Amino acid sequence: MLSPEERQEIEAEFGHYPDKRALTIDAMKIVQKHRGWVSDEALKDVSEILGVSVSELDSVATFYNLIFRKPVGRHVIMVCDSISCWMMGYDRLRDHLTSRLGIKMGETTADGRFTLLPIVCLGTCDHAPAMMVDEDLHRDLDTEKVDSILEQYT
Amino acid sequence: MEKVLTKDVQPDGSALDIKRYELAGGYQGARKALKMAPKEVIEVVKQSGLRGRGGAGFPTGMKWSFVPGGADAPHPKYLCANADEMEPGTFKDRLLMEETPHQLIEGMICAAYAIEADVAYIFLRGEYFLSAERLRKALAEAYEHNYLGTNILGSGYNLEMHLHLSGGRYMCGEETGLLNALEGKRANPRTKPPFPQISGLFGKPTIVQNIETLCNVHHIINKGPEWFKGLSKSEDSGTKLYGASGKVKRPGLWELPMGTTIREILEEHAGGMKEGLRFRGLLPGGASTDFLVEEHLDVKMDFTDVQKAGSRMGTGTMIVMDDRTCPVGFVKNLEHFFAQESCGWCTPCWSGLSWAEKMLQSIEDGQGQEPDLERLEYICRMAAPGNTFCALAPGAVEPLQSALKYFREDFERHIHEKRCPWR
Repeated sequence: MLSPEERQEIEAEFGHYPDKRALTIDAMKIVQKHRGWVSDEALKDVSEILGVSVSELDSVATFYNLIFRKPVGRHVIMVCDSISCWMMGYDRLRDHLTSRLGIKMGETTADGRFTLLPIVCLGTCDHAPAMMVDEDLHRDLDTEKVDSILEQYT
Repeated sequence: MEKVLTKDVQPDGSALDIKRYELAGGYQGARKALKMAPKEVIEVVKQSGLRGRGGAGFPTGMKWSFVPGGADAPHPKYLCANADEMEPGTFKDRLLMEETPHQLIEGMICAAYAIEADVAYIFLRGEYFLSAERLRKALAEAYEHNYLGTNILGSGYNLEMHLHLSGGRYMCGEETGLLNALEGKRANPRTKPPFPQISGLFGKPTIVQNIETLCNVHHIINKGPEWFKGLSKSEDSGTKLYGASGKVKRPGLWELPMGTTIREILEEHAGGMKEGLRFRGLLPGGASTDFLVEEHLDVKMDFTDVQKAGSRMGTGTMIVMDDRTCPVGFVKNLEHFFAQESCGWCTPCWSGLSWAEKMLQSIEDGQGQEPDLERLEYICRMAAPGNTFCALAPGAVEPLQSALKYFREDFERHIHEKRCPWR
């Protein structure tokens, strides 16, 4: 069941589009904001509100990389692997993160603290290499800086 | 040199609130536009020679003139600001949204009024949280001061403006992919015709326009087309946000006259190459533009001259490669991006690009064969414009085809030595 807040936030967007079926992405992102990911059950609830079939919703959900259909950790780390960051040391950052967290790209730590994902160009190429943790952008990174950044997220 | 787009950028990186923006001359262009006829606004933008800053460089006024106008036109009409900045190596629209959100809104009001749009959307990439926060605040202020909403400043014109945060994927930056995404669908491209100007968002006339382009509009209305042309050093008008990233001393972003040479941007503004490194080549405007090399350094960075040199200005933010970076690895990184971001709609793209990525990986791993280079060239030909629904694949092969031309001996060395000489 969607919470009253989730339902309210989704319904507040209705007036922004001539057809509420256009809200698939917004609605799933609202759910994800509250729960971290979009479960099968949540998909069913969103489907009822918007009048879009579950399979159609899932086809949309799986197209977009910022909608998670699997549970993620409390914090999601997204490391830019595009060209400028690659030139400025992405490989070193990735190796450092995977060994420090003991997980591969796409995995979540056993304590549920971090999920590690690659991301395309974050549009901050003059401060490469860069990564995001949740909603925060971190730039001009090196391995030491990454270590102190990770400490901030418990 | 006169700064236009970045004149209100503050040293501390904050954004002007509406009061301070108005004090700095803000919303004068919108006030002026609302007193003109919509057709006149289009005419002024046409005369200014403004061309789209998203990469394609299409004349903006001409694009707007394709939208049906007048009393019989279908409504609602839409304006979509393409804030899905995801071209690798591009970081210019972020600055405009984070630090000059009212400038974008004002430009959008003028553009929307010109095409008599009823609703405008800002299609923002999902990772730009600071842009979202500042745009939300600026939108609320603009509504409060009646620059948005009904009967704007007593003009009788109504405009709603909404912010949409994307769910991700490079394809959302493609004009028709963006429309599908806004309709809540997968961001596959649409067949053209019909063009969005006739049948776009929800089947209604729609203009999709890049952020930097929109941020110019009210300045042109305010100061006139001749002023705008005079800002430039070349036949393409205005100023341009140029950037440089990669192996330069001072990576950054600068507003300069359109037509500033690559050499000036690289050497004066970016400070030249990092200590001990030699210049090998650059992509002038993002990942989907052809390489330029030493012989092209005196080319003017504008739509016309970069095209003459065999590439595209694209977004105007260059990615600079040095002699210690492997060109094969560089292109492999790009093709990985394009293969991953292909939406799977047409074969030359989904099949060709992942094939290209695999071949480049095997060349990098020392397992390349001589015929691989011809096979890569074959993929470049198959993904050419006209063979695909959208510009993703044709753009994806631009750096590949030019790398095969300018850095061929590096590819051959990988194959002959059965290893990457840079590893």
